[in-house]
Amino acid sequence: MAPTPIGFQLINLLAAILLLLAFAMLAQRRVVSLIDLFAWQGAVLAASTAVVAYTTAQPHLYASTILTVLLKVLALPWLLYRMVKRLDVHWEFETLINIPATMLIGIVLVVFSFSLTLPVSELASTVTHATLGIALASVMLSFLMMITRRKAIPQVIGFLAMENGLFFAATSATYGMPMVVELGIALDVLVAVLILGVFFFQIREQFDSLDLRHLERLKEGD
Amino acid sequence: MIAIEIEIALVLALPVGAAAVLALAGHRRHAPEVNIAASLCTLAAAAALTLHVMRAGPMLAFGRQFLVDPLNVFLVALTAFVAFTTAVFSRPYMRIEEEHGRLSAAKLRLYHSMFQLFVFAMLLALVTNNVGILWVAMEAATLTTVLLVSLYRTPEGLEAAWKYFILCGVGIAQALFGTILLYFAAERVLGAGGDALLWTALEGVRGQLEPTVLALAFVFLLVGYGTKAGLVPLHNWLPDAHAEGPAPVSAVLSGLLLNVALYAVVRCKVLVDGALPAAFAHRLMMGFGLVSVVVAALLLARQRDIKRLFAYSSIEHMGIVTFAFGIGGPIANFAALLHMTVHSLTKSALFFTAGHAAQKAGTQMIDGIRGLVTINPLVGWGLVLGTLAILGVPPFGVFASEFLILTTAMHEQPWATPFLLAALGIAFAAMFSRVQPMVFGDTTASRLPLRPAMLPVFAHLALVLMLGLWIPPALAEWYRQAARLIG
Repeated sequence: MAPTPIGFQLINLLAAILLLLAFAMLAQRRVVSLIDLFAWQGAVLAASTAVVAYTTAQPHLYASTILTVLLKVLALPWLLYRMVKRLDVHWEFETLINIPATMLIGIVLVVFSFSLTLPVSELASTVTHATLGIALASVMLSFLMMITRRKAIPQVIGFLAMENGLFFAATSATYGMPMVVELGIALDVLVAVLILGVFFFQIREQFDSLDLRHLERLKEGD
Repeated sequence: MIAIEIEIALVLALPVGAAAVLALAGHRRHAPEVNIAASLCTLAAAAALTLHVMRAGPMLAFGRQFLVDPLNVFLVALTAFVAFTTAVFSRPYMRIEEEHGRLSAAKLRLYHSMFQLFVFAMLLALVTNNVGILWVAMEAATLTTVLLVSLYRTPEGLEAAWKYFILCGVGIAQALFGTILLYFAAERVLGAGGDALLWTALEGVRGQLEPTVLALAFVFLLVGYGTKAGLVPLHNWLPDAHAEGPAPVSAVLSGLLLNVALYAVVRCKVLVDGALPAAFAHRLMMGFGLVSVVVAALLLARQRDIKRLFAYSSIEHMGIVTFAFGIGGPIANFAALLHMTVHSLTKSALFFTAGHAAQKAGTQMIDGIRGLVTINPLVGWGLVLGTLAILGVPPFGVFASEFLILTTAMHEQPWATPFLLAALGIAFAAMFSRVQPMVFGDTTASRLPLRPAMLPVFAHLALVLMLGLWIPPALAEWYRQAARLIG
């Protein structure tokens, strides 16, 4: 089942691109560009799934490639674009921590992820050597993006990017989860975005903005 | 074998069917009655399933995709029961809310259909044998309740729902990473494909799973599902979500969803225990549990909102249960399961009562609720008795389980006992001093347009009282079997 050397190289290359895209999202200030980056991340994910499917001869991974393309390259970015358009939120937005500092924290997170997965990577077959660390790193970077952004839509894109990182962990480290689980996860993600769409309109109706600073009334003490 | 599959199918299909009917038909005059009838049918199916498992022992169904054993079937029965009483309670409660102008027909339609879907998601999480589907169902349970938390569309409600979605979403993503790691470890033993995520298959080979991978997986799983169970320091969303939604939603979130999240942790713990020295998972759970108990007890003293008060009490009790599972062994596990049952019954009764109390006073603020007994003695006494029950006053069932947990802790983990006792004492002082003036003294309450639904409250409290005085032998045997499964 070990992939061919070229497939192995390709997966590593795609993993590196995935990590770069995660950093790019961390630095991106425009909502529309952020959605583009998210769609690209989905495309890289689909490509890597296809490569794993081909090199390891796992036919069910082709199905999950198609699922990824449909959901993460087409459906979700389209839904997000539509939301941005209807809510009219193209503006640039400020972050809680400035971008260079965020990038530095990001690098620390990558190092942390690699050291955390080191004992697991040593057990893994060749294909998963570095990819599990990269997957965890991109999860952590998306996490960081959610923490540092104040507006609702970037936070949601961070949430979805985190799901991408997890999905990459599943395909590269384990040759894909069973199909029924993958379908369930895809359904959850889709429903989550639809519910959030409804939710954005509720927030806007209430506050006339999607700035989450309005959502800071509830405190631990009272 | 055929019967078991029909029963499982019914338990899962009834809530889905009811949700579809309630969503498609819109809010008609009899929607609350349909909601109650559907919940009653689900309860009947769950009872049949439970009796079947009690007679015939653990069973697999639908090509091993579903598993019923004493551990989960007991939670299936509890979930179906509390869902039914909540449906009964919500009929008059929601009608009063409608008359107060806080809810519209569209919102009630959303409420009824989402309530049924939520029940379905929890039941699916319980009966599935697939660790991946368990994750999917837990996430679905969050999604179905997000819009219910923000049902009133108040600024606070929206904030609570947003926090709930984001924090639980992030938390549960950690659990997915844990599940992937688990699969990674299992695949090396069981081979790729559907089998490697089946809990029964995993349990069969748990001694051969790679310990380093499983240790990492368990940390992620505990953090992920622990977020949903409201363990400190991952509890931030819980008081908000429980306080801002309508009372029936608070009751099922607190009484049922927290249990299901803990159930997921316990299932994973069983797998890890086989591969690692038992102390690993146990120490983590005891630590998380004890911190939750202590922090929640301290925060209880600072609450000014009645539903937040009870929400922090839920964190405290989830901490107690997690700690008890962390001690492990037949007695502590027995006590933890008993505590899950009595907490679930008492806490949902308290949220029912708190809902009516807030309707009477026109506010959820404790300072605004005064002298409930004078206008409606039933609501007042329900609140007093429920509070005494949850604080562990004998002869209620919470006392029995807490007493068992404390005595076991004294034997096996004596260092933890002072913390537990102090926290229970602080919680008692904090909660009782707040509830007492709400019930007695001069009143600010007004009459409600409809009679409050206190029958479910007293039914729950009567059951809790019974469990404190006498546990039916069949039930005790069932807890024992479940406790043995957990190990």
